[in-house]
Amino acid sequence: MLEARHLSIRFGGLRAVQDVSLDVPQGQVSALIGPNGAGKSTLFGLISGFLRPDAGSVLLAGRDITGMAPHAVCRLGMTRTFQIVQPFAGQTVRENIAVGAHLHQADRARALADAEAVARRLGLDGELDKLASSLTIAGRKRLELARALATQPRLLLLDEVLAGLNPQEVAGMLPVIRGLRESGVTVFMIEHVMQAVMDLAEKVWVISQGELIAAGSPAQVTSDARVIEAYLGHGTAQRLALQGAAVIQGVTRA
Amino acid sequence: MRQLWLIGAFAGAVALMPAFVTSGAALNLAIMTLYAALLGQAWNILGGFGGQFSFGHAVFFGTGAYAMAVLQSGFGLNAWLALPLALALGAAVGLLVGALSFRYGLKGSYFALVTLAFAEVFRILANTFQFTGAGVGIQIPLRDSAADMQFAGKPGFLYAALTLVTASLLVAWWLKRSRYGAWLQAVRDNEESAAALGVDVFRVKLGAIAISGALMSAGGAFYLQYFRYIDPHIAYGPAISVEALLAAIVGGMGTVFGPLLGAAALQLLGEATRGLLEQTPGANLIAYGVLLVVVVMFLPRGIMGLFEAKR
Repeated sequence: MLEARHLSIRFGGLRAVQDVSLDVPQGQVSALIGPNGAGKSTLFGLISGFLRPDAGSVLLAGRDITGMAPHAVCRLGMTRTFQIVQPFAGQTVRENIAVGAHLHQADRARALADAEAVARRLGLDGELDKLASSLTIAGRKRLELARALATQPRLLLLDEVLAGLNPQEVAGMLPVIRGLRESGVTVFMIEHVMQAVMDLAEKVWVISQGELIAAGSPAQVTSDARVIEAYLGHGTAQRLALQGAAVIQGVTRA
Repeated sequence: MRQLWLIGAFAGAVALMPAFVTSGAALNLAIMTLYAALLGQAWNILGGFGGQFSFGHAVFFGTGAYAMAVLQSGFGLNAWLALPLALALGAAVGLLVGALSFRYGLKGSYFALVTLAFAEVFRILANTFQFTGAGVGIQIPLRDSAADMQFAGKPGFLYAALTLVTASLLVAWWLKRSRYGAWLQAVRDNEESAAALGVDVFRVKLGAIAISGALMSAGGAFYLQYFRYIDPHIAYGPAISVEALLAAIVGGMGTVFGPLLGAAALQLLGEATRGLLEQTPGANLIAYGVLLVVVVMFLPRGIMGLFEAKR
């Protein structure tokens, strides 16, 4: 569905992403994890056209989209959300979502109706006429997702939609994301909430200091020595092995 | 729909005005208010709906005025034929300024400075070239006939200004209820988000500056027909740019009726200060400045904000 080949970018002396290749399978939920500052959001930026890679290429359903503008990428069926939510603050929830719906719907009234349907799907129907700026963090995260969903994407890039939510709110979002997959949308998510990654993702990539260090099922990567060290520091894997405590699922909640 | 009725009611009320008001001064005030509302709405399309604050809208105003003047006096073209060309030229200058500044992602005060620079460059060019009359400017001959868009009385000009203002109101109304308008306001509120949702930010901004440029050049064309004289300072000087943004900001940016209300408030204030402080020329400008400060501090959404306080 989505393929990154040898992507690299540097900001001055910082190699933010180095030679990263991955292949997101269609119809599944996949996740990208890694410690803070590992280059996850930068990689999303490269994939979605907000950043132009120094080297490498991006293919969406076999089509080369490297260096294509974000709006063009969106029109091809790949929509992203932002880690720091960016609502159209002065507009209502309905108007916010309608901007996404307008991608395929020129008529204003119909786009607003579509927005309402998407809002209902995400449990935002009670807030349709509120200003986006008046929503709680959880509400804004849902709005971010709703707007993206309104573009009817084939592939959704979710950048930490669960960050900043309390456990109940996280629990409320999990069925929503699972529902996306069931409706045929491929999901590729950056996530720090490991419980969600374990729950949702079928495939996980781990990135640290700009490099891909592991890939596989959630269980595989969380027991990978390099992954443990990336999160908890050099020598930790060995120490944990000595203590016979290989389970790190709880602690990787960075 | 309600706003469409309001636009209709406003146009009807103003159209009936000459039947009851015969005072030349009162009609002149109405004409100048409509003219200021047109400039304000032109600025509002780009600044209020699009979030791109221009400080040099005179570049479009002057282009419209000079296009009318040169086409009529230099080429002998009829004013009614010259008008669409003037609008097209205003839009073209908008596209030029927009392409050069938006291409490089200029925003906020940088965009404002670039537009100011463009207006200054055009002013200097108009001051230099012979075909624009250089520093002397251009006077178009008095004809006093509607066939030449020079009306014998004030009502004719009132109807002309009203037509243009109504058209500008309809453009703003359309922006409130169309996909393009939704895209434009999305770009204003957050460019990155808009782009992520499939909005071609560059083209949307170009569209807004072209529409804005065309409306502003209509204001310039009207000015020329009404006063029959233009020179580089009037056409491209900063006063016009300030007048345009003042009406929109005072009235309420990004609203349909804001520029109209702002223009009315400013014209009335100007008349009042001119009347009260006859010995102090320019007192109205001081009053404008004070009003702007007050509005920015206490009414960030302008006069329209008073009506929408419930939200």
